[in-house]
Amino acid sequence: MDITLPILILAIPITMFLVLGIGGVKMSRKLAGILGICGLGTTAVLAYIVALTYYFSGDANFIIDGVRQQYQVFDVTWLAFTQRLVVNIGFLLDPISALMLIVITTISFMVHLYSWGYMEHEPGFQRYYAFLSLFTFSMLGLVVATNIFQMYIFWELVGVSSYLLIGFFYKLPSAVSASKKAFIVTRFADLGFLIGILILSYYTETFNFVAMTNNPAAVLQEFGGATFMGASLLTWAMVLIFTGGMGKSAMLPLHIWLPDAMEGPTPVSALIHAATMVVAGVYLVARMFPVYCVVDASLTFVCYVGAATAFYAAVVACAQIDIKRVLAFSTISQIAFMMVSLGCAYDLPIEGVHYSGLGYMAGMFHLFTHAMFKALLFLGAGALIHAVHSNNYTAMGGLRKYMPITHWTFLIGCLAIAGIWPFAGFFSKDEMLAAMFNRHWFWGAWMMMVAGLTAFYMFRLYFLVFWWEENPHYKEHKPHDAPWQMSLPLIILAAVSFCCGWIDFGQFVTWNGVPYHIHIEWVKVAIPSLIVAICGIALATRMYMKKNDLPTKVKNFWPTLWEAAHRRFYWDEIYMFITHKIIFGIICKSIAWFDRHVIDATMDAFATITQKASYAIRGMQSGSIQAYVLWYFFGAIILAAITWLCLI
Amino acid sequence: MDYSQFGSMIPELIVLGIFMLVFLFDTFSNEKGKRILTPLTTILFALGTIAIWIVPASCEEVFGGMYINDNATNAIKAILNVGVFIVFLQSSKWVNSDEVAIRKGEFYELILVTLFGMYLMVSARHFLLFIIGLESASLPLAALVAFNKRHYESHEAAIKYIMTAVFSSAILLVGLSFVYAFSGGSLYFSDIALYIGQGEMSGLLLIALAFVIAGIGFKLSLVPFHLWTADVYEGAPTAITSYLSVISKGSAAFAFFVIFVQCFGAVYSDAWEWMMYAVIIATITVGNLFAIRQKNMKRFMAFSSVSQAGYIMLGAMAVNGLGLASMMFYIFVYVVSNLGAFAVINTIEENTGKLSMDDYNGLHKSNPWLSFAMTLAMFSLAGIPPFAGFFSKILIFTSVTSSNSWALYMLVLIALINTIISLYYYLLVVKAMWISPEEPKIGTFETERCQKVGLWLCVAGIVFFGLVPYIYQYCYDAVQSSLGFLTFFNL
Repeated sequence: MDITLPILILAIPITMFLVLGIGGVKMSRKLAGILGICGLGTTAVLAYIVALTYYFSGDANFIIDGVRQQYQVFDVTWLAFTQRLVVNIGFLLDPISALMLIVITTISFMVHLYSWGYMEHEPGFQRYYAFLSLFTFSMLGLVVATNIFQMYIFWELVGVSSYLLIGFFYKLPSAVSASKKAFIVTRFADLGFLIGILILSYYTETFNFVAMTNNPAAVLQEFGGATFMGASLLTWAMVLIFTGGMGKSAMLPLHIWLPDAMEGPTPVSALIHAATMVVAGVYLVARMFPVYCVVDASLTFVCYVGAATAFYAAVVACAQIDIKRVLAFSTISQIAFMMVSLGCAYDLPIEGVHYSGLGYMAGMFHLFTHAMFKALLFLGAGALIHAVHSNNYTAMGGLRKYMPITHWTFLIGCLAIAGIWPFAGFFSKDEMLAAMFNRHWFWGAWMMMVAGLTAFYMFRLYFLVFWWEENPHYKEHKPHDAPWQMSLPLIILAAVSFCCGWIDFGQFVTWNGVPYHIHIEWVKVAIPSLIVAICGIALATRMYMKKNDLPTKVKNFWPTLWEAAHRRFYWDEIYMFITHKIIFGIICKSIAWFDRHVIDATMDAFATITQKASYAIRGMQSGSIQAYVLWYFFGAIILAAITWLCLI
Repeated sequence: MDYSQFGSMIPELIVLGIFMLVFLFDTFSNEKGKRILTPLTTILFALGTIAIWIVPASCEEVFGGMYINDNATNAIKAILNVGVFIVFLQSSKWVNSDEVAIRKGEFYELILVTLFGMYLMVSARHFLLFIIGLESASLPLAALVAFNKRHYESHEAAIKYIMTAVFSSAILLVGLSFVYAFSGGSLYFSDIALYIGQGEMSGLLLIALAFVIAGIGFKLSLVPFHLWTADVYEGAPTAITSYLSVISKGSAAFAFFVIFVQCFGAVYSDAWEWMMYAVIIATITVGNLFAIRQKNMKRFMAFSSVSQAGYIMLGAMAVNGLGLASMMFYIFVYVVSNLGAFAVINTIEENTGKLSMDDYNGLHKSNPWLSFAMTLAMFSLAGIPPFAGFFSKILIFTSVTSSNSWALYMLVLIALINTIISLYYYLLVVKAMWISPEEPKIGTFETERCQKVGLWLCVAGIVFFGLVPYIYQYCYDAVQSSLGFLTFFNL
């Protein structure tokens, strides 16, 4: 494949960032918006061309005997520190990176378009588009990375762009603290990621994904059975790398930043905190999947973390008032779903190594469908917020008559996420559950329960917003559907969410490139999960469709539980206690003392000595040429003499 | 004699050709014609630079092995040419000023002659040719230093320069005569390499080595052979100072590496490793200690360049191809960073006559772009990421530590500590420009066009060539392909 298109895919967004970032101040809003949208539109077209060429061209670089290949379009040496420590920059095309190219550019383009309407009256409109371009660039760079170090660099770049966009309304203290929180928590997780990378590359002597994943058994061999604290070092490395993914994908216990990140503009939440950046952790596990497979323990760890997170987030989502927070917790829960699916993907031992395509394929499938319907739901939430100027469902209710487009698209999103046939979520969720049941009935049953909860809280949200009781404020300020720039993405995404489940996904993405034919297991999985979902919806309908006092009764049945769920089971308070009381109070104070009285004092002494020495030797520079020559001559003689003395 | 051997000397011939053209044009043109002398020379030189960069080196020894133009020497010549081109751009206003305009032809001719001498220095594989190169690179510089005829300081600087230069040549020749005694009567680098280190280590050989270090150390201004530096840099016209500080140093550093690795490589760990060890530590430290007290910008840059020379010489301590490649990269980065700083000093001096660091207080209010460029140059010299200076320092440290000796680790540690000291004084300039609350003493002015181009070339180099590894890769490949021509001992 020609390298022009891949380079352009990365070059256009970063150019847009520079143009809008530097020249944006002098541009009109309209020009900045058009530039941003056109730039991203072009990128999207190019990304589609590249991805579709990869999937359909049949080129021998991409597919051999029906098996999809990993292909490095280019991979150039960027920094060659030593013979071993070489950092490359490249562009890797394989089933999942091509998939991500499509997902990122589609959602990003929808969000660019939507933001034109949503952000119209906000100050800093140009800056907003600049940051969006930066984010798109970083995310694209992340998914096409040929090596784990490049991925790490772009990983941090998406973190920075996320930070900038969460804190976009920098005059709001809550937005500022949310952006800091997101950055610090994910950075903290990335520390583990970095250590993991260093351990892994120390033994494998490469950063390259293709080299590592094509021969995971060799990776295992290179570690030579090294162990640390009872677990093999490779397990540690993979778990530490996964820690980075836990931070970005908001897994328990590092999930605390994502709900707060909803302080950012809503389209940003749709793009970064629902569809693309937060699935980076899933992408990372998928990217390193063959290596994860050779160490069962790390994959089991992924499974446990995912299962705990999915349940936790689903319960919390049932007790939130802010509609964006409900969606945030729903995102956490759904990403955890993908994690469990990946974790359950190794049930068939082949030659001593556990592999199975199903969980992997299903996880990626869900990543794809989830990106579409979750972006739809967030953009719908944005339209609601745009209309009633509040994030809380208490300010809404009965909106279906006023905002029909938003209502119908939102309903499609809810049906998709609940997994109702024939919407997209049904197909991916069915495959995931099948993979989990294959692994062990417990995972399947547990996650099916989470799926039921999902259906319940999503329809709770839907009914509370669109049915329940009309808010009296509507008389003063009549809500209406959003302008076309916002409605168009909603309609497109709704259409996609409706039908993208019918794609024969196994033909495109599997862990080893061998096509897999999806067949729905109606009796064992699909029908039970449909029944569970419908029960959830039915319960939500009973409780929230019309105004009644059942919700209050349920709440008062066990008020402590409701309060705990509403306060997200006090995770933030726990973190506050640990950071403020223990870390700041005890550890930091002693470090501060050490810093002031030992380190600073040393540096002060160092500076004083330097100053003194500087004055002491100034006689050398006398200005007299005789003295210079004298120094010169005796300098040479003394040099020889001292060396002579040392050698004797 | 086989005249086709001259065909190997393409870079020399190019510079000589430009020199002849400029000389003839300068001699026979009338007043009117002389006006285009500056653009003519600059454009010719730019074309010549591109030619050297593009035309592949012949990579064969000619004149009985006295001269070679392999890829590495060709690369360093190309790098030096970039520096000279920037100096030409920078000096365009000064050479056309009333005082100097009448003699501007001499300026270009003398610069080209010294450049020719430096080419011979780096390409020489025989000490006779080397001395010829060294002298033709030294003596015309004295005339350049004295170029501001009516300035007393310029005269003093020239006298100090020529006296020290003559003395250093004498010392170098004495040292070489001792070497001649050891090498069985040959001055070829390859012959010396065969003979040296075979017998017992004698005091005479150590004196010879020390004298050779002193002789070349003069050009590099290594401590304690650096004392002329500050006075000369201060007195000379600023364009000449920037030429002295980068081009002259770069060529001498490369020649030093070739001589000490190729001729004296066998006695590396016995003798000159420890001499250079002491000299490098002294150079970096003393340069820094003097720099922190300077208020005059040119003196400040003089001591900063003394200290930088110590870092450049670290590459020689690595005695391997990696060391040479990172040394060449360091020279390139040093060329763009130092010339960037000098460009700012130069324009400010020409437009306002101010040279003191205190005059730079609050500069960002009146001249934000100049402050910006100066800041980048200072950051790069101090080695702050992500600018080029950071990468050049990292690479040179890596090359030194690649031989796994604790002594060299200590050397790198000392160099690192000195980096912190240097950070202090480089940031003093940045602080004066951006943080100092005073009203600017330097009024707003428009920089001349050519100088602007030169300055932005430097800034581009500082910003891009750290992140884009092109130049380093270029140096590395050049060195790798030239390794056959350098004799390396089991190091």
